Amino acid sequence: MAEYKDVIIYGEVTEGKLSGITTELLGCGRKLADELGCKLCAVLIGSEVSNLAQEAIVFGADKVYVVDDPLLKDYQTDSYLQAMEKVTEQATPQIILLGQTSVGRDLAPRLSFRLNTAATMDCVDLAIDPESKRLLQTKPVFGGNALAIFTNESNPQICTVRAKAMPPLEPDASRQGEVITVDAGIEPSTIRTKVLEKVPEEVEGIKLEDAKVVVSGGRGIGGAEGFKQLEELSRILRGAVGATRPPCDNGWVPAGLQVGLTGKIISPDLYIAVALSGSSQHMTGAGGAKTIVAINKDPEANIFREARFGVIGDWKKILPAFTDKVKELLAQ
Amino acid sequence: MNMIVCAKQVIDPEAPPASFKVDSSANKVVPPQGVPPVISTFDEQAVEAALRIKDTQGGKITVLSLGTNLLREVVKRPLAMGADELILLEDEAFAEGDSWTTAFALATAIKKIGEYDIIFCGRQAADWDSGQVGSGIAEILGLPSITLAKKIDTSDGKAKVERVTADGYEVIEVSLPALVTVSNELGEPRYPKITGIMAAKKKEPILWKPADIGLEASQVGTPGRRTKLIKLFQPVHEGKCEIIEAESPEEAGANLATKLRESKIL
Repeated sequence: MAEYKDVIIYGEVTEGKLSGITTELLGCGRKLADELGCKLCAVLIGSEVSNLAQEAIVFGADKVYVVDDPLLKDYQTDSYLQAMEKVTEQATPQIILLGQTSVGRDLAPRLSFRLNTAATMDCVDLAIDPESKRLLQTKPVFGGNALAIFTNESNPQICTVRAKAMPPLEPDASRQGEVITVDAGIEPSTIRTKVLEKVPEEVEGIKLEDAKVVVSGGRGIGGAEGFKQLEELSRILRGAVGATRPPCDNGWVPAGLQVGLTGKIISPDLYIAVALSGSSQHMTGAGGAKTIVAINKDPEANIFREARFGVIGDWKKILPAFTDKVKELLAQ
Repeated sequence: MNMIVCAKQVIDPEAPPASFKVDSSANKVVPPQGVPPVISTFDEQAVEAALRIKDTQGGKITVLSLGTNLLREVVKRPLAMGADELILLEDEAFAEGDSWTTAFALATAIKKIGEYDIIFCGRQAADWDSGQVGSGIAEILGLPSITLAKKIDTSDGKAKVERVTADGYEVIEVSLPALVTVSNELGEPRYPKITGIMAAKKKEPILWKPADIGLEASQVGTPGRRTKLIKLFQPVHEGKCEIIEAESPEEAGANLATKLRESKIL
């Protein structure tokens, strides 16, 4: 029986290119593979993805397994799980890394149960234990209030990695690597789901993930009306509007505005937090901001432990005056 | 429609972060004083998903909770919301398990329940944030699974599920029986009515121990774990916030803007 040897990363493709998370996984995987003295492999599963194998090599892979089949055009659990199983049988990796994305969150757990091993999700740090050579898997728990380090004895060791937690390598066009085609061999009848429709989210103005300034509101905004003031401020600052979970769950703003553990993870230069408490789950999403400014009537609110500047008081009185002054200062 | 919902009792995720304490020497969380536990956020939404189907089509909702020291007023909340039956897998043997032992125990209990069209789970537990148990149960039971659901409609033995993706959502169809994990985009779960709370008080949960569902000691809790917790700790946090003060809130707002300009942040 072949021994469990290499590191495999699951590559995702967005709009015909390797996604950011893929290059991050390659950066992380490269370090682990070098430390273990084994190869770094990437797996690309989809339809018409073969041309991206070279890009994976440029970003650090020694080998790329390609499973290319029209049946794999859309991500579906049953088909992609079968494809991963096939690759894993051939490659016998000791470590499999996926992104903590909508695909990774679906594929990694089911794959670990299928392979009778274990997975750790949403890792922010991965390291090789110098003695045991096992993977030390660090992830935030309790909404971000604590960090936990896990290991597991079984192979492969499966982890999903949080976006933007690990840096990619500098692309090196001179890198050489091997491309291996794997036949999916999927029986269509084994795919138990059908993708009927894909609905893209409508984004007005700047995308939340790209905005340098984000004005965010929480439960204290009280309703959709209140968010109009945040929109106005974000327009003046040429930024985007964000929100915590309650405004989204209540339908005051579209769900796509949610910043947090189960929403978007962003790193703007300036994050203006209005009437939000600053829970750990939310700070998971917003904590990457360079400067945080808070307006909240509760002096005990956790956001004041995270912010650089703050005003304690009623946002309905503070924000208009702040916005007017900002307009004035920017006009100078 | 026969529906099963898995619901977990957790430390309240909305308790102020300042009240959260870890005993690093024991790798354990110290439950915050005076803050009662709750049903995990996304599990409450899983109950809501089942109730929305029951509202339109009727059916039976069985709630399954695994854990230790389960407070009856907490685990009965789904009943108060409108679920029909509550089964508790409550035993010290279940303590300190991981995603594997939890999924295995719940799947075994579901096999004993026998009849179901759809199983709902929260997308992840609001304590360990792992997000594996739902998919794990589906894999053990050989069911199709759809994760991150924000809307679920059922008709003619099929479910139509809106699933959250990075840039919007997708609509997926699956034949039942199936397992669906629910995300918060589903919306606020309903508050129990007084009548619901009163009725739930009178309902006795069914109690199952590991032996009742054919589980061996080696398969549950700590002995059954596939992962090992090496360390649990709180990251050191240094916060220094400059509070801008003034005679009035309006003046403070203006001063804040000036401060940001002075600091070259604006």
